Amino acid sequence: MSKTAGTPKVANLNDLLAIAYQIEIDAVDRYKLLADQMETHNNPELVKVFRDLARAEGIHGEEIRRMAGDFDVAAHARQIAKFEKSESPEEADLGSAHYMMTPWHALQLSLAGEKRALAYFTSIVETTKDPKVKKLAAELVEEEAEHVALVHRLLLRYPKPSENWADDLDPPVSQE
Amino acid sequence: MSAEVRAYKQADYKSDVKPIWCPGCGDYHVLMSFSRAFAQLGLPPEQIAVISGIGCSSRIPAYTNCYGFHGVHGRSLALAAGLKVTRPDLTVVVASGDGDGYSIGGNHFLHACRRNIDMTYVVMDNHIYGMTKGQPSPTTEPEFDTALSPGGTGVAPFHPLVVALASGANFIARCFSGEPNQTADVLAAAIKHPGFSFVEILSPCVTFRPDEKAWKDMVHQAPVTETSDQGKAARRLMTDDGFNIGILYRGNRTPFQPALGASDVDLSELEKEFEL
Repeated sequence: MSKTAGTPKVANLNDLLAIAYQIEIDAVDRYKLLADQMETHNNPELVKVFRDLARAEGIHGEEIRRMAGDFDVAAHARQIAKFEKSESPEEADLGSAHYMMTPWHALQLSLAGEKRALAYFTSIVETTKDPKVKKLAAELVEEEAEHVALVHRLLLRYPKPSENWADDLDPPVSQE
Repeated sequence: MSAEVRAYKQADYKSDVKPIWCPGCGDYHVLMSFSRAFAQLGLPPEQIAVISGIGCSSRIPAYTNCYGFHGVHGRSLALAAGLKVTRPDLTVVVASGDGDGYSIGGNHFLHACRRNIDMTYVVMDNHIYGMTKGQPSPTTEPEFDTALSPGGTGVAPFHPLVVALASGANFIARCFSGEPNQTADVLAAAIKHPGFSFVEILSPCVTFRPDEKAWKDMVHQAPVTETSDQGKAARRLMTDDGFNIGILYRGNRTPFQPALGASDVDLSELEKEFEL
């Protein structure tokens, strides 16, 4: 199977801009959803982490929109940026969320998303025959690599929690 | 002059109500798959009715921007059938869980399959009663040993897909919540298919069944193509491991739709019967 199977087709520069934009917007929506979940479940520290991540991804999305100039990247993204076989690369895994999760866990989700985006843009660099697409994809690879490095730096502030991080003194109900 | 056809986005089907499911719950993905399927089909939100019973999964109507009815326990199919026969123009989608749908609503399930009214029944199966804190449901494994089921239930689980086929469902599929794109495609196919479509979605309960996180490594695409042959489908479903995902049966029975004549019932008389 090709490296880009099930991912949107990148025929030209506008397609790549639209897809890159959509990846950021999908990440924003996902982090907002996770922040809402944490708000509902009274985990304020994680609310802030997820809202900060959403804000950061939103800034990246705006940067891409600026790069596109007069071209309506959002409208084009709605038309073509559909990931058929998987979720959008930077969307954090909803199934890994937990009401007692810590910033370390949130950053692990973020790290995984940044790595998926890095792999996705790398696959574009490796497969495209369009030199303009290749150049922009290479820039996006560089950017995602910086994000991966940034998340690694952030993780230095949040050491891995102990094995019993999910122990709840007032659990939903005893199953033992 | 041609009428403008509006393209709908997933966000058009999302309400302002924030879900209160547990973080990690599979139902979040199912909600996304609903909106993705509706957008894929270009259905106007006001032409969709999402009907449910009781349970975590049955909260779903509130989280959509469609018409909805959060009914009583196990009775979602009865409500939906009434709605669909009187408003055949609506797209009716019914949301349920394994407790609501197979236990309390088990008998409605059989007869909804038999009647074959054109609607889509989605059961989010997590093999547990989550909302009421973890009692075994009809699909719970017999060895599920907890304080609420000491020593396990010892009872063989219900096989919803087999029951659906035997009872006459016209479309049968299984999905996994963690594959939201495929789930959306299957839901869209189920909605489009005439008659009673049954879609079981394996949707892990991370709070009372954390072991179900392993489902993402256990599900696999059904190794066979879909069939319209009931005999073939029966053999497949009877030997199914419970983790095959995809469309497993697509029948060709004519949907049931009673002819609606003019009613001679005086509504004001009817209303009087319900006066307090």
